[in-house]
Amino acid sequence: MADLTDLYQQVIVEHNRSPRNFKQLAHPTRRAEGSNPLCGDQISLEVELQGDRIADVGFQGSGCAISQASASLMTGAVQGKTEAEAEALFQVVHAMLTAAPGVSVDSAKLGKLAALSGVRQFPMRVKCASLPWHTLRAALRAVPTPVSTE
Amino acid sequence: MTTTARPALDVPRLRAEFPILATSVRGRPLVYLDNAATSQKPKAVIDALRRYYMTQNANVHRGVYALSEMATAAYEAVREKARVFLNARTEQEIVFVRGTTEAVNLVAASWGRTNLRSGDEVLVSAMEHHSNIVPWQLVCEATGARIRVIPMNQQGELELDQYERLLEGPVKLVAVAHISNSLGTLNPVADMTRLAHEHGAVVLVDGAQGAPHIPIDVQGLDADFYTVSGHKMYGPTGFGLLYGRERLLDAMPPYQGGGDMIKAVTFARTTYADPPARFEAGTPHIAGGIGFGTAIDWLAGLDRDAAAAHEQDLVDYATGRLREISGVRVIGTAAHKAAVVSFVMDGVHAHDVGTIVDQDGVAIRTGHHCAQPVMDFFGVPATARASFGCYNTREEVDVLVAALQKVRKVFA
Repeated sequence: MADLTDLYQQVIVEHNRSPRNFKQLAHPTRRAEGSNPLCGDQISLEVELQGDRIADVGFQGSGCAISQASASLMTGAVQGKTEAEAEALFQVVHAMLTAAPGVSVDSAKLGKLAALSGVRQFPMRVKCASLPWHTLRAALRAVPTPVSTE
Repeated sequence: MTTTARPALDVPRLRAEFPILATSVRGRPLVYLDNAATSQKPKAVIDALRRYYMTQNANVHRGVYALSEMATAAYEAVREKARVFLNARTEQEIVFVRGTTEAVNLVAASWGRTNLRSGDEVLVSAMEHHSNIVPWQLVCEATGARIRVIPMNQQGELELDQYERLLEGPVKLVAVAHISNSLGTLNPVADMTRLAHEHGAVVLVDGAQGAPHIPIDVQGLDADFYTVSGHKMYGPTGFGLLYGRERLLDAMPPYQGGGDMIKAVTFARTTYADPPARFEAGTPHIAGGIGFGTAIDWLAGLDRDAAAAHEQDLVDYATGRLREISGVRVIGTAAHKAAVVSFVMDGVHAHDVGTIVDQDGVAIRTGHHCAQPVMDFFGVPATARASFGCYNTREEVDVLVAALQKVRKVFA
């Protein structure tokens, strides 16, 4: 049975309370908006690319603990990565969030992001965790936004 | 249909009539506190749906055979029940629709496009559900009329002096909820209707949250239109009512074209049926209508005053208990409220609240409740909302409060 402590791991609660990279950038080169209108999660994401490397990334917005912590963890994880590396990480996180019950998740590649592994037991909340990631992808691909995961 | 009069509200006996209330969620007894979204259904209604499909199913208003006559009679009998339920003057004033959303859209599209002109104004209240805002925006875009908002105060009560001032303008229609789905405010619609009529405006009352909780008298309210959602008053989804004053319905063009709404069709010209058939194109939700009729019967067997008093006690009790929890703020503190308690918890988003209390079997709604302007007004992204039906208990409120204490622990 799904357990609350799987969803609200200490890392999640802590990142929700003190989100990292909750900021506007001085020199953003990419920007995207993400919003889940039915549930109200909303995120503005800015990226400063130097070449194809993410030199800085910041987000602002409001939403549930899962969406805020996911955005905070994501900005930490992709800092300094190339676009291709960020895309690879997106795939790993996406696979983790949508893995079928019982399927084991390769947490080696995840690092701190493994704190989001409990979300998949709460299908209604997967969209909260994935919103920042889809917003990042939209920013990197310069896709017209807002994106939504509803 | 037989109904048994009950001297007072016997809640345990009421609960026994709702099979779902005996079920468990996540290993805990279901505590269903999302009645403003949809109520649960008594066995009588569930049985009526089954009985219809098992023994009566045929299309209505068409066949000459016995089964179709039986289905038509059972379906049309609901119209008289609905007339009595709303205290309408005639059955012609009762239009069967899918629900309140369709009812509002019908009035906006048919009455609105016929009667609204550029420069006209439609007043909607600051606490309306999106379904009583967006249809008016659509018709205003099409006609050049414009929407003005009846403001509310910090308690979530409409500002009636401002309302009177707005009525001085070229107002053609006022759209207002009987009871707010997000705040629980019981609006003074009889007074509002009187004032609107003094200024020549027509009034639509959104009764989605009204009909389940208080006896409705459309003549007493003097409403021009009143909308009812069957599934929020213990009936099936997909069926509701539009009450319309007869002379208004008579002058309105059809909403949708199709079968059942015509007198005669040629390729050159079609003449439309009289109300209510004019507004009921296509095969309706027959089983839903019959189930809705059973829900009306079921409510008629309830002591409505006792039920309203019981629900009021739950609102008062929940409000008091929620205030015991540190960091909880009740949103919507009107002097007159019914059935709904919205609240926020400092530092915790409503969706996290909803997920955590769900672990204890507690079903509450979290989010913007299709009332984003209300959330904006109170400066919150979302609220958690407990909403009551006649079968809820103080003990269930206690389970909610205990679950909310766990929310505090998770986010401590």
